[in-house]
Amino acid sequence: MVPLLELQSVSKAYGKKTALLDLSLSVEPGRIVGLLGSNGSGKSTLMQIAAGLLHPDSGSVRIRGQLPGVRTKAAVSFMPDRPQFESWMSIGDALDFQRDFFADYDADKARRMLDFMKLSRRDKAVSLSKGMGERLQLTLALSRKASLYLLDEPIGGVDPVARDHILDALVEFYEEESSVVVSTHLISDIERIFDEIVMIQGGSVIMQGDAEQLRMASGKSIDQLFKEVYAEC
Amino acid sequence: MTIEFDNNLPIYLQIMNYIKLQIVTGKLGPGEKIPSVRELASELKINPNTIQRTFQELEREGVAESRRGLGRFVTSEDEKIMSIKKEMASDLLDRFIGGMRELGFDNENIVKIVTESVEGGRSGGGGDAHGTLA
Repeated sequence: MVPLLELQSVSKAYGKKTALLDLSLSVEPGRIVGLLGSNGSGKSTLMQIAAGLLHPDSGSVRIRGQLPGVRTKAAVSFMPDRPQFESWMSIGDALDFQRDFFADYDADKARRMLDFMKLSRRDKAVSLSKGMGERLQLTLALSRKASLYLLDEPIGGVDPVARDHILDALVEFYEEESSVVVSTHLISDIERIFDEIVMIQGGSVIMQGDAEQLRMASGKSIDQLFKEVYAEC
Repeated sequence: MTIEFDNNLPIYLQIMNYIKLQIVTGKLGPGEKIPSVRELASELKINPNTIQRTFQELEREGVAESRRGLGRFVTSEDEKIMSIKKEMASDLLDRFIGGMRELGFDNENIVKIVTESVEGGRSGGGGDAHGTLA
């Protein structure tokens, strides 16, 4: 089976600052992958490279065997870690933009998600609270029938109740035959939805595997493992 | 259905135990249909792959059986259900006995405490299970 996403020996630096170093990663179809790392570990750079928004300095990136480009972007839905709305936009405008840009936009799903997230099309996108803004971002990302969803810190700035709601939405609305990569540094609340875990530090993978097998082998939660692994770094 | 998940244990094992508990307590009757992967996933807010794994294991153990096009069902064999019950009881006992040994009780005292506690419970009084602590 061709992996949905495959990175081989990818490196990326911003000037002298290394963001990713010889990182390899493969995501099979139908998986929810947790990309775990502390702030500055390279999570967002990895996401942007996978989304085709950044080019690696070296190494190769393949989406379903293809180089990132127009065709792969049509199959990849990316939720950036910060809002990207224009000041004049209502929530409805933001959704209409998504509809106009992406052929796989599903109006019915978007409507159901708005209801679920308790968002109204008429509200201004920029005046939303951080939590409501994240709900809108997730709604935009999941309103497409994509093959690969890249969600960069979807639960970064919200309270625990909203966090649960966002997780519920994720499980409820993701397409089962597609894959989801979720980057986060908040692990305990979200680890139950992951099939696989990839921990990165200093731009390299330091641990990866099947979430249940990691729990079974260690008798510990992923959250606990993460803390131990990072304490050693 | 609600489960308080313990992140230190594999999730599919916890869901397996939960379903077994439903079966032995009769909340899921023999031969009754088990919710689908999708239903259970959205109810428990768990990744569908994890539910899939749970069901595969339940089928492997003979607790559930799938019928093509119809879904998954609880086994209708009473013996199987009884054996699940015994297995769960023996897990509980193992943990209890292990804990008691850690506290320093020998076999004789463990039996004595259990007997006193059970009989005390039956007569409605508190009993004096703690009398044997020395």
